[in-house]
Amino acid sequence: MFNRIYDWIDDRMDITPIWRDVADHEVPEHVNPAYHFSAFVYCFGGLTFFIVLIQILSGMFLTMYYVPDIVNAWNSVYYLQHDVAAGLIVRGMHHWGASLVVVMMFLHTLRVFFTGAYKAPRELNWVVGVLLFATILGLAFTGYLLPWDMKALFATRVGLDIAGSVPFIGDWIQTLLAGDDTIIGAQTLTRFFAIHVFFLPAALFILMAVHFIMIRRQGIAGPL
Amino acid sequence: MSQKVTRRQFLNYSLMGVGSFMAAGMILPMGRMALDPLFQEDAEGDMVTTSVTIDEITEEPMQVDFTFEQEDAWYTSEVTDFAWVFRDGDEIIAFSPVCKHLGCTVTWAADDNNPERFFCPCHNGLYEKNGNNVPGTPPTGPLDQFEVGESDGYLTIGQVVPNQLV
Repeated sequence: MFNRIYDWIDDRMDITPIWRDVADHEVPEHVNPAYHFSAFVYCFGGLTFFIVLIQILSGMFLTMYYVPDIVNAWNSVYYLQHDVAAGLIVRGMHHWGASLVVVMMFLHTLRVFFTGAYKAPRELNWVVGVLLFATILGLAFTGYLLPWDMKALFATRVGLDIAGSVPFIGDWIQTLLAGDDTIIGAQTLTRFFAIHVFFLPAALFILMAVHFIMIRRQGIAGPL
Repeated sequence: MSQKVTRRQFLNYSLMGVGSFMAAGMILPMGRMALDPLFQEDAEGDMVTTSVTIDEITEEPMQVDFTFEQEDAWYTSEVTDFAWVFRDGDEIIAFSPVCKHLGCTVTWAADDNNPERFFCPCHNGLYEKNGNNVPGTPPTGPLDQFEVGESDGYLTIGQVVPNQLV
C-alpha cells in the first residue's frame, strides 16, 4: 500500500535521489559510538540540531496563546502554563530546551575545537558555526524578555546596558533594540518578539542549511 | 572614440536599473520603519512636583518618590520613580538611583561597612556621597543627577543629566 503510494509519487517527482542525498551517506567508524563509545562526543552537533527542532516546534505552539503586549504578555504566559492542557509541558520544553541548546552547542564547539575539525578545508564551516553561536545566543537573549516578568525585565535591562557599552555606536544599538532610548516597554517587547520569532529564526535556517551543506560537501573530519 | 552600447547591454542595464528601483522600493520603507526609534524626538519632560517640601530636605540623603505620566509609544501610564535627595550647602542634589554598572538600584548607607556611601547590592558597587564611584568597585562612572527645582515650596524633579559634582 505505502510502497505503491511511494512509487506513484516517485514516478512523477523522482524523489529517491533527493532523500538519498540527505540520508544515505557513510558514517565513519571513528564517529560511530557503536564502535567506540567515546565517539558519543561526535553526536553533540546532531543533538544541538535535535533540540533546535524541539525549540522551533514548541515555540510555534506557544505563539498560539502568547501575545507580545505589555498589558497581556504575562497573563497570556500564565494562562497557557496553568489553564491550557499540556501548556505546562510545552512551555517547559521551550524553557529548558533554551538552556540545553546553548549547552549542547557549547559542547559541540568544544568537540570541534579539541578534535581540530575546524582545520582546512573546514575553516569556513567554523566561521558559520560561530555565526550560529551568535544567532542562538541572540535567540536566548530575546526570548528571555517575552514572559515579561521582573526577572525578564531586569535581565534585559542589563543586556541592553551591555549593548550600550559598545564603543561609538552603543547608544544607537541600544535604542534600536529597545525601540526607545530610555524606556524598556511596549516597543521593546514587540521588537524582541519580532526578532525572536521572525528575524533570528530566518537567519538560523539559512546558517544551518549552509552548515549542513558544507559538512556534506567536505565530509566528516578524520580521526585523531 | 564612440562607444557603442549593444542591444544586450542596453537591456541588461535597463533591467538592473528597474530591478534596483523595485528592490529599493521594498527595502527602504522597511529599513526606515526599523530605524524609526533613532529619529524620534526626545520627549521634553516637564518638571514633576514631589510631595516633599524644600525645608524637609536635610544633608542626609532621603528617598523621594515622584510620579509622572510616561508615554511609551501607544501606551501611556503613570510611572513612579525615585531619587536620592539631600542638601549640599545651599544646593539641593537629587541623584538617580540607577547604578552605572548594570542598572540595579543603589541605596544610601545600605552596607554596614560603608555608612557614608551609596551601595549597589548586585555587585557591591559603591559611590561617595557626591556620586563619584569608588575605585575598585564595578561602576564605571558617577551616579547621574536629576534636574531639580522648586514650586510653591515643594521640590520638583526633571530630566536625568550627567553628574555635575564630580
